[in-house]
Amino acid sequence: MNNLPTEPNSMSESNGMSESNRTAESDGTTESYRGGAKPRAAVVIGGNRIPFARSGGPYAYASNQDMLTAALDGLVARFGLQGERIGEVAAGAVLKHSRDFNLTREAVLGSALAADTPAYDLQQACATGLETVVGLSNKIKLGQIDSGIAGGADSASDAPVAVSEGLRRVLLDLSRARTTPQKLAALRNLRPADLKPNAPTTAEPRTGLSMGEHQAITTARWDISRQAQDELALASHTNMAAAYDRGFFDDLVTPFRGVSRDANLRADTSLEKLASLKPVFGRDLTAQATMTAGNSTPLTDGAAVVLLGSEDYARKHSLPMLANVVDAEAAAVDFVHGKEGLLMAPVYAMPRLLQRNNMTFADFDFFEIHEAFASTVLTSLAAWEDEDFCRTQLGLSGALGTVHRNKLNVNGSSLAAGHPFAATGARIVASLAKSLAEKGSGRGLISVCAAGGQGVVAILEAR
Amino acid sequence: MADTYLKFVNAQPFTRVAKAAGLPRPVPLRRYMQGEPIVPGPVLVLGRSSGTQAVSSTLLQWDLDVRRHMRPKEKLGAAVVILDDLTHPAQLSDIFLELGGLLRELLPGGRVVTISRPPAHGTPPETAAAQRAVEGMLRSLAKELRGGATANGILLDAGVDVTGHSVSAALEFLLSGKSAYVDGQFITVGHSEGVGPTDSATPLSGRTAVVTGAARGIGAEIVQVLRRDGAQIIAVDVPAAGEHLARVANDVGGTALQVDVTAPDAAERILHHAATRYGGLDIMVHNAGITRDRLLANMDAARWNSVMAVNLESQLRINVQLLGSPDFSADGSIVCLASTSGIAGNRGQTNYAASKAGVIGMVRATAEALAGSGRTINAVAPGFIETDMTAKMPFATREVARRLSSLQQGGLPLDVAEVVSFLASPGAAGISGQALRVCGQNLVGA
Repeated sequence: MNNLPTEPNSMSESNGMSESNRTAESDGTTESYRGGAKPRAAVVIGGNRIPFARSGGPYAYASNQDMLTAALDGLVARFGLQGERIGEVAAGAVLKHSRDFNLTREAVLGSALAADTPAYDLQQACATGLETVVGLSNKIKLGQIDSGIAGGADSASDAPVAVSEGLRRVLLDLSRARTTPQKLAALRNLRPADLKPNAPTTAEPRTGLSMGEHQAITTARWDISRQAQDELALASHTNMAAAYDRGFFDDLVTPFRGVSRDANLRADTSLEKLASLKPVFGRDLTAQATMTAGNSTPLTDGAAVVLLGSEDYARKHSLPMLANVVDAEAAAVDFVHGKEGLLMAPVYAMPRLLQRNNMTFADFDFFEIHEAFASTVLTSLAAWEDEDFCRTQLGLSGALGTVHRNKLNVNGSSLAAGHPFAATGARIVASLAKSLAEKGSGRGLISVCAAGGQGVVAILEAR
Repeated sequence: MADTYLKFVNAQPFTRVAKAAGLPRPVPLRRYMQGEPIVPGPVLVLGRSSGTQAVSSTLLQWDLDVRRHMRPKEKLGAAVVILDDLTHPAQLSDIFLELGGLLRELLPGGRVVTISRPPAHGTPPETAAAQRAVEGMLRSLAKELRGGATANGILLDAGVDVTGHSVSAALEFLLSGKSAYVDGQFITVGHSEGVGPTDSATPLSGRTAVVTGAARGIGAEIVQVLRRDGAQIIAVDVPAAGEHLARVANDVGGTALQVDVTAPDAAERILHHAATRYGGLDIMVHNAGITRDRLLANMDAARWNSVMAVNLESQLRINVQLLGSPDFSADGSIVCLASTSGIAGNRGQTNYAASKAGVIGMVRATAEALAGSGRTINAVAPGFIETDMTAKMPFATREVARRLSSLQQGGLPLDVAEVVSFLASPGAAGISGQALRVCGQNLVGA
């Protein structure tokens, strides 16, 4: 990677991080501001989510809109935003009904926010939530908005069920037919098999493999052991249970439909229990199958949102400022032709983000690596520690570095909480921002992998 | 749980049946409606003391139809009896008999309010006898009145005269529909501080209030009334009640704060929230409470300890930090929810009654410590209030409990909330250390 010194990095603010030795990548993606004025800071004010629950559970009959509205209303109540016009609300859902084309705007209209709050939907698979944070933060930095709410919702329970492609064509032809013979002709094309609906699936359209099967290939390639995965899963559950017990989530979660803690959380799980589970992914591979229901996230329902604002906005409304959103980077990999694993994109995004901000892993106190599967986290860590991989694939001069386990997902992550696809980003951003505010200093790194071979990484900084 | 009997007995044909059969005949109580007159008819002021004229002047300022005498058969909205200079029981006869002669003309929802003095240390026996006689008369009169009318008294401590600010505030409260379910009670005014009743419909405007246990029931109603009266609301409840709490906060444009009041850092978090978001705290309503009923013979440590921790120890701990904090305003008020169970006892509620009696003890002692500071602390002791909790009582027990009060019905959470808001108002600055019952003069706990 060829870094040329350019203008002082424009994305970072405060605590001495804006020295002139900071560099910005000169490939045109981070055009600097004319006149050298730094954009203002985008601040995480706080967050709210409903407890996550396994699909088919307590939220089986809650829609994405129900859950997103509840998450918004909890945020409004926490920060006294009733009747406020927010600059913009951005959220999304991965499993989305076509009727929910304006999901976020509809949720805003159903919430206690002012009805003249604009909203838009965004979709980037599991990175949806984090990408809404990035997008709205950038608008705040540019002065286009003063406040924003970012987030997402996903229901695997209330997923859309589509009619088959054959039936859909017949129905569309039928609607266009004017005469009875035309109508009959259209209906003649209907085959009995067309009546079978298409169940929702998380399989990759281009490979037909589920996310778990894809990850199983990566897991085997990096030789990640079953025990290492189970240990990571256990840490996630114990960390999150401890965080609940010390009240960490008191101002991050609002109960929904009688659920007050993440329903997937198993405070009493153990290595023995996790070890007793049978592998569910990678059973057709030559390597030993290691991925179980215990070290993989289940299909989950839930919603989460984050309140962002400029410093002025926060001060004017007497709202807390937990952390700054510093910078973010997206990446994608070619998993279709087997060149890289499906969920490895964040591994590639990370060095680009660090270089642009002139930072290394040593500059961070918290690492929030989304646990799609325990082995996703472990392969990421292994890749960044692997000199050969970092040289050949990431174009670095050596290994990127080691993430210390005592800084990793310290309040639990998706293996414990569950993973409603579009909601995970906002969950992580709010929790990390609070951790940084509690510590009072330092930085946090976020890494979220996504379907389609994509990923987004981001930096938050304490204030 | 709707009071079906109350509706039934007020439907025309059944009213006569109930009367003939001597059954209880509760009526819907006169409750406060913004914009309506304080009293539904003329107010008669009775008394021989110099204070009588002063009180009449005060009442006239409120645009009431104030009388010193009634014409025969004329309907009466309220009678205010000024007895602040009693020296002998013989002085009572004329005035009470005059009052008695007018009671048949008292309108539904009418009021009788006495203003007198409690026997102080060193009071001559004749004076003390007369003063104490007022209390006995009033408590019996409250039981005699029907049609939702109530009788309550104001007691003036030494150094307080009938024109004291909080005397006027208490008088306005007792005459109004806000005191609908307060019956047979006395409010003691300890000093003349305060600003008296304000004409404003929002006496709490500019004040920030915390209400614990705000997610539902009486707490949610207190939030509504404090907001109606102008306060900014911080609604507090345990994290598990957060869904309801958010709704309550959003309803009144307040903020929801999910805190378990038994947590060691509860006060710190409440004060921090109030200071950073509202610039400080003026009103603290300790409403959070639980019941874990068992006969003492069957009591276990978990039941006893959890009730004491939530209902009493949390209030003690939070008050210490509150009163030591510059973020709690110099004229701040604390209102603590007690219970008539804590006064009279209730079978199966040794733990609950201990905690609620403890609250009353705490309030008295704290008030002594706060005397002269500008801050106040008072307790409100609800009797039978129609809530989710009483809806779960067995039918017969519930029916009996309802009819045992002088008003022959249960109170509403609103009735409790009105008393809380009154005690938290600037007008009540001269009232501290009281345990005011909101029980319709229930036989139990009276």
